[in-house]
Amino acid sequence: MDDFVYLKNVVTLELNQEKCNGCGMCLKVCPHEVFGLKGGRAHILNRDNCMECGACSLNCPMQAIFVKSGVGCAAGILNGILNNTEPSCGCSGNQSACC
Amino acid sequence: MTTFKNPEKAHSPYILDFVPTPAGEVPRVTGKLKLRDVLGTFMVRWSVNRDNYRVSPGLYAIGDPTDSSDVFVTANYKLSFDHLRKSIDGLNAWILVLDTSGINVWCAAGKGTFGTKELVNRIRMCRLEDVISHRRIIVPQLGAVGISAYQVRDRTTPAATATLTAGSAGSTKPLKLSFNGLKVSGGFNVVFGPVKAEDIKAFIRNNYHATREMRRVTFTFSERARLIPVDFVYGKYKLLIAFALFFVLSGLTRKGVSFQLALEEGPYAVLNILMAYVAGIVITPMALPYLPGRSFAFKGFVSGTVAFVLTLLINFPGLNFPEMFAWFLIMCSISSFTAMNFTGSSTYTSLSGVKKEMKVAIPIQLISTIAGLVFFIIGRLF
Repeated sequence: MDDFVYLKNVVTLELNQEKCNGCGMCLKVCPHEVFGLKGGRAHILNRDNCMECGACSLNCPMQAIFVKSGVGCAAGILNGILNNTEPSCGCSGNQSACC
Repeated sequence: MTTFKNPEKAHSPYILDFVPTPAGEVPRVTGKLKLRDVLGTFMVRWSVNRDNYRVSPGLYAIGDPTDSSDVFVTANYKLSFDHLRKSIDGLNAWILVLDTSGINVWCAAGKGTFGTKELVNRIRMCRLEDVISHRRIIVPQLGAVGISAYQVRDRTTPAATATLTAGSAGSTKPLKLSFNGLKVSGGFNVVFGPVKAEDIKAFIRNNYHATREMRRVTFTFSERARLIPVDFVYGKYKLLIAFALFFVLSGLTRKGVSFQLALEEGPYAVLNILMAYVAGIVITPMALPYLPGRSFAFKGFVSGTVAFVLTLLINFPGLNFPEMFAWFLIMCSISSFTAMNFTGSSTYTSLSGVKKEMKVAIPIQLISTIAGLVFFIIGRLF
């Protein structure tokens, strides 16, 4: 996204290029054009665009991508702290903010 | 099979009739949204019946699909379902609705309910392999957060083909079958479609290839504006508590609480809080790209300051200095906190980023709220 960039240098995204087979799946599933393909291998183009959704990592057949994925949602993180669980937005409960 | 928990649901207004398939009868839906659907969307945006706006999971038909027609996968949130059927109106296709407990595709995928396991199970339960002769299913791109294409292929590959070896012994390649001229391997191939359902027809015209624009998630003014009602209604109880608290505090004098004073000054306090809430939940999302800073808490602080200045213009003569300072602190905290909560509605914030901004912002918001209350009380006792 050209208009919106969130905080810099915070995301946990890691790509192991040695494992990459160049299938390009990460480019297809990423909603923010984080990846590029060069010389038959993926590389990270726009790191700060990553929102840690985890689609790339889940869809990488070579397990070459790591990202600690989760909801980028303050209410969800607060819920997680209060209930001592992983951050989770109230999308399925009675609370309906978020997403 | 589409099984209806509630038999009345089988007569839902969007179902036209039932089409016979080798896997049983499948409800055929209309791609035309009726007034009822549009009204339902409007209500849901305002949080009315939002947690129970769902369709029965299973297979549906739209138009006159055959065994070579496309299959589109969606969530059982009625808004997602309506979006899809409206966008593919005029096509002959199958719709596979996953059980996401009435949650939209992106959120459900994040939770894993719109996920590999549910898709694989739903394919089996609906006997999709008997209904269609090809093995391509189209999943919205945002579903990729929960659905792994290669895992779906592996898990739907029939055991027979997985163990059969093609040709020479030792090769573990799955057997490829040629069927109706289509190359069909055992497993289902997930093709990730465009982010937005309205791009599906263009996606098909483009030979099932999503362009760069179709793959990107946007966050336009109208997309942001649509989310405001839900967030606005979300904090209603906290808002009422704050109203009540400040109404009482407004009546504070050295001799105790004066109801008369509360009636006179309370409305100003309520107005200030409402202004701060609106600044955080309405103004910040609308003006998002124009507000300085990257963190939502800071953007909310800025719009809270603007709201504070506006209320000063209304109520300036009646305020002493501690009260003024108190309102600055309180209004900015409310606006900053509510704006920070909009990260959950945004389409570009990361977990790590939100955690980072919360670590800084929450202590400041807490301290300034408490300090604000202290100054307010001091101001009333002046």
